[in-house]
Amino acid sequence: MKTTYREAMRAAIREAMQKDDRVFLMGEDVGRYGGGFAVSLGLLEEFGPVRIRDTPLSEAGFVGAGIGAALGGMRPIIEIMTVNFSLLALDQIMNNAATLLHMSGGQFNVPVVIRMTTGGGRQLAAQHSHSLEGWLAHIPGLRILTPATLEDARGMLWTALEDPDPVLIFEHGSLYNVSGELADDAGSVDIDHAVVRREGAGLSIITYGGTLSTALEAAETLSGEGIDAEVIDLRTLRPLDDAAILASVAKTHRAVVVDEGWRSGGISAEISARITESAFYDLDVPVTRVCSAEVPIPYARHLEQTSLPSSERVCAAAREVVGAGG
Amino acid sequence: MTDEQTAAAIVSDPEHVRYLLRQMVRVRRLEEACVEQYSAAKIRGFLHVYIGEEAVAAGVMSAIGPDDAVVATYREHGHALLRGVAANAIMAEMYGHAEGCCRGRGGSMHLFDAATRFYGGNAIVAGGLPLAVGLALADKMSGRDRVTVCFFGEGAVAEGEFHESINLAALWDLPVLFCCENNLYAMGTALDRSESQTDIALKASGYAIASWTVDGMNVLAVEESARRAIDAVRAGAGPHFLELRTYRFRAHSMFDPERYREKTEVERWMERDPIQSLRSALETHGQLSADQWSALQRGVDEEIQAAITFAENGTLEPVEELTRFVYSERTAP
Ligand SMILES: Cc1ncc(C[n+]2csc(CCOP(=O)(O)OP(=O)(O)O)c2C)c(N)n1
Ligand SMILES: [Mg+2]
Repeated sequence: MKTTYREAMRAAIREAMQKDDRVFLMGEDVGRYGGGFAVSLGLLEEFGPVRIRDTPLSEAGFVGAGIGAALGGMRPIIEIMTVNFSLLALDQIMNNAATLLHMSGGQFNVPVVIRMTTGGGRQLAAQHSHSLEGWLAHIPGLRILTPATLEDARGMLWTALEDPDPVLIFEHGSLYNVSGELADDAGSVDIDHAVVRREGAGLSIITYGGTLSTALEAAETLSGEGIDAEVIDLRTLRPLDDAAILASVAKTHRAVVVDEGWRSGGISAEISARITESAFYDLDVPVTRVCSAEVPIPYARHLEQTSLPSSERVCAAAREVVGAGG
Repeated sequence: MTDEQTAAAIVSDPEHVRYLLRQMVRVRRLEEACVEQYSAAKIRGFLHVYIGEEAVAAGVMSAIGPDDAVVATYREHGHALLRGVAANAIMAEMYGHAEGCCRGRGGSMHLFDAATRFYGGNAIVAGGLPLAVGLALADKMSGRDRVTVCFFGEGAVAEGEFHESINLAALWDLPVLFCCENNLYAMGTALDRSESQTDIALKASGYAIASWTVDGMNVLAVEESARRAIDAVRAGAGPHFLELRTYRFRAHSMFDPERYREKTEVERWMERDPIQSLRSALETHGQLSADQWSALQRGVDEEIQAAITFAENGTLEPVEELTRFVYSERTAP
């Protein structure tokens, strides 16, 4: 069937609501407005205001309430309109959701799912363009998902809801309108493994979420130049699928990590470090990173586009690592 | 609560009033033991004791049922004890031992107990309020008539999470009892140096929530108010808010030189010691003989001494277990 990322996400929420009475959706404008990105459009009419619950502008309050409801036996899906506003709820995410199980010596797990939009590229300027999934992937106790495909938009939510611990789902804002074919029986998917989205032997482009399409586009261009790139979609940033990353690098001996977060201290730095620690002798050349420029993301289109990873920059990095060394 | 009301309470059920006295003494002895063990370097980290404020936890805990939930702060040893967490498990936790209620991972500020629905133990000021709202939301959505009781200091009133939580609870009509322990200080910051409006019950009432001010040095007054509030919440009358006016007799924590308040102020409040007041009221009405009082003390001393012995004999969690409980342990399918 033909569908969009947005519709796939909505279908996942609908299915979860139908399957399990404990599931409910809560967040700013998820009901009457239909969701800031129209993901939950129509669900209020279908499930009513108790389970499609509009909240006031209280990110700490309703995220914390979701954590509490999870402690109380529910399976809440909390929608934070965008990652930028999640900063107001970071205390609840980091100090409560991520710590309660450990602090309580294993007594209180927190089966909450928190979804939010992430990323830039839509000329929304510095306060609406953050990519902080790498930051949150720093925190033990959380699981971080970054669905980049229709299958994952459709399938990751249910698996996340079955997880006994807090799961954060980052949906890149540029993906909602992506359309394509999805199997009629598409359902839940595994959230433990990275996936090779394009096989290749010349280098590994390792990425996730919003920059998967950037990487695939670059791989297409590179193939015209005789460079055979493999593209790895990490899918889950915590825990990272080390085995998949290392297996690819063992094959290609070259790696470019693409990430829309800033370069300093970002998830790409972590991936690069892991490759260096575990596969140093497999490498023919140093690992390279393509990240966002170290600036608050600017408004003007040309400045914004220059700040963000692009397929041109990925291609340039790829040519460099292929041209260099052995 | 007037003297006549106190007299009436004592005369109608002296046994129960002695029980409340005993509960307060248990907390005080536990806290004194904590301070001693801290000084002996058996307990480390931050330690915040509740001495002077015992009437609040004793009164409220006596008013709630076994299925209700409790969310507290880092000054929560007494709340845990009176909620029914064993003194042994509390003391062992503070020793950092595997026999502690959180297997040594929480310490003084993070006591938890699933069996008594004691949800901590939160060391972020106001961080527990949203959790309480969510626990109550779960109960309401599931049609259960449980109540969630949430304790926090008056310092939390300045935090956004306080306002967001009271608003959500009132907006959604959730079964929460908010208990603000107004001991007049947040570390060294006096209430009137942090709030433009120092009447906290009044402030809460701005969220259209029933809120009362209660004498937090009088356990009978606390119990009576808490009971009324809990009954109302359970009957579906929406969240309630109690501002319990109390005072901490000791320093904020073990690191506090108390430069911010006069000794005379502390002494004035100590004249209203909730334990001594209730003890003398009982004696006045001939309901606490010298023998009864010493038996009560002896019983409590034994409990606390046993807890210390238990903690002393505790074991260290093996370091191989360090990374357990970061994620849930799933049995293979
Ligand atoms: C969000 C946050 N800010 C600051 C602190 C440091 N701190 C710990 S206790 C405290 C005072 C809190 O006072 P109050 O809420 O009145 O509780 P009390 O200690 O009087 O029981 C402060 C500022 C903290 N733990 N959390
Ligand atoms: Mg205080």
